[in-house]
Amino acid sequence: MTTIFGIPLAAFLGQLLIGLINGSFYAMLSLGLAVIFGLLRVINFAHGAQYMLGAFVALLLLQYLGVDYWLALAIAPLVVGLFGALVERTMLSRLYDLDPLYGLLFTFGLALTIEGTFRYLYGAAGQPYSVPPALSGGTNLGFMFLPNYRGWVVAVSLVTCLGTWLLIEKTKLGAYLRAATENTVLVQAFGINVPLLLTLTYGFGAALAAFAGVLAAPIYQVSPLMGTNLIIVVFAVVVVGGMGSILGAIVTGYMLGIAEGLTKVFYPEASNIVIFVIMAIVLLLRPAGLFGKDA
Amino acid sequence: MADMVETTASGERSATAQSIRIGFLLAGLAALAVAPLFLYPVFLMKLLCFALFACAFNLLIGYTGLLSFGHAAFFGGAAYFTAHAVKEWHLTPELGILVGVLGAALLGLVIGFFAIRRQGIYFAMITLALAQMFYFFCLQAEFTKGEDGIQGVPRGHFLGLLDLSTSTNMYYFTLAVFLVGLLVIWRFVNSPFGMILKSIRENEQRAVSLGYSVQYYKLGAFVMSAALAGLAGGTKALVFQFATLTDVTWQMSGEVILMTLLGGIGTLIGPVFGAGLVVTLQHYLATSDFPVTIVTGVVFMACVLLFRRGLVGEFYASRLGRRLGFAYRR
Repeated sequence: MTTIFGIPLAAFLGQLLIGLINGSFYAMLSLGLAVIFGLLRVINFAHGAQYMLGAFVALLLLQYLGVDYWLALAIAPLVVGLFGALVERTMLSRLYDLDPLYGLLFTFGLALTIEGTFRYLYGAAGQPYSVPPALSGGTNLGFMFLPNYRGWVVAVSLVTCLGTWLLIEKTKLGAYLRAATENTVLVQAFGINVPLLLTLTYGFGAALAAFAGVLAAPIYQVSPLMGTNLIIVVFAVVVVGGMGSILGAIVTGYMLGIAEGLTKVFYPEASNIVIFVIMAIVLLLRPAGLFGKDA
Repeated sequence: MADMVETTASGERSATAQSIRIGFLLAGLAALAVAPLFLYPVFLMKLLCFALFACAFNLLIGYTGLLSFGHAAFFGGAAYFTAHAVKEWHLTPELGILVGVLGAALLGLVIGFFAIRRQGIYFAMITLALAQMFYFFCLQAEFTKGEDGIQGVPRGHFLGLLDLSTSTNMYYFTLAVFLVGLLVIWRFVNSPFGMILKSIRENEQRAVSLGYSVQYYKLGAFVMSAALAGLAGGTKALVFQFATLTDVTWQMSGEVILMTLLGGIGTLIGPVFGAGLVVTLQHYLATSDFPVTIVTGVVFMACVLLFRRGLVGEFYASRLGRRLGFAYRR
């Protein structure tokens, strides 16, 4: 059998794929965090809860209304996005003039409330969500076996990340957004409805998290705690990448996912702390983060 | 954090406020001395441990302006260290707690060293991430016994004399630890070191321009706060006679933030009230099937939206509080 660094090639590629999948979720979530933070100056602790909500909405739609995966992929982000917009409008928007730490604390409380509610209603155990029939099975690539759904997730996350980047960098709406990030007061003076822009941004970020949640549902089990444990890792990703750039958040997400997957091959004991170790090293060498602008 | 309450070491001190404080302190001490006659001692000891933990946390957020989201690492870490020292090395309780405090201080030195490289929101995320890393370490390490935790920790004899296995003796021992911890915090925030910390909180640039090595002071405050959190955690391990993973989770870090926020960030006594409220709430909710997490989350949001100064802080800032002469700062 072919080996690489003394590891069977199949095992190596298998872990690489898992790393790439995890990296896809890190990238999508840190992208959402970066978009929200860029404009609102809020670290959205509830991002993990919103990701979990997306998966749960998909599960409940299937269980109670028989709505399939494809439709859920559209509905769940919409529902969670609206919910996010509502939270922003009624509560979060009152905190913009304060220290950003209050935004973090508020969204932390929000995350606890959402998670607690779902744990109360559906228990802490994970529930399976089956892979849609069109994507079941796998493809033999010759050197490895690729489950179709996993390939789909990697492709969709790449498209989503790229799409969001284009939306922000190349469209008029994105230009408003970037301008508002630079100087809110001036943009408002030009007659652009900045409060609406803030609501839309938060709603969009929440929808993005929910979209990732639906994608994740068939891979990981749907459980109330699936989000928060993930979001702490994503925070580390954000510290490594620095929140200055959208592209930086995406690239760092994939990189760290792959680094984690490779660690699982060579030194499994360290696989769930490797991202934190990388974060510590980056803090030593480049405190602002790999793509960070602020010193 | 912008609008915080200033109670200690404010320029002018009102005589009324001062006498109210002293009266309150004496009443509080008297109440604590007789409390085990009326309330379940283990509940009281839990309360004291968490109150000390919250005060230690407040040392950092209230007096240095740094929000740590990873204080569970010091609290739960010290619980493990003390439990291990007492059970496996057969140390006396006071030495066991000392091991816990030193371990937490060392951990604080390491985590603080990385965290103070960034400020504000990043500081919070870094402490959270590093504490989570410590959680995974505890999950896998040999001496923590994984999911089981360290069980059956003997309380032993204080100084080899006083038997701590009875809950009355243990209660007064815990009370003494709590008061010593509080005294240390009070002395610390009113020392020249504490004054410099406040100046860093108020205006870091200016503190730098005055020639202070801000990073050293921040790290000093971080280690001090970690050590005191360790004092609380080590004592808790003796009270409950076990140390488990619960105390090193991020939920625990969140809980101590809530206690401090609810009581009043930057007030000396606020965190004690906050801890009292949260622990009592948990105590009563534990018997119902309604999850504590929902209540905690809602209280968190309400605190941030409605009364950011916390209960004690809002009182100080209220018309009555001001008339009585409690100083507060916007």
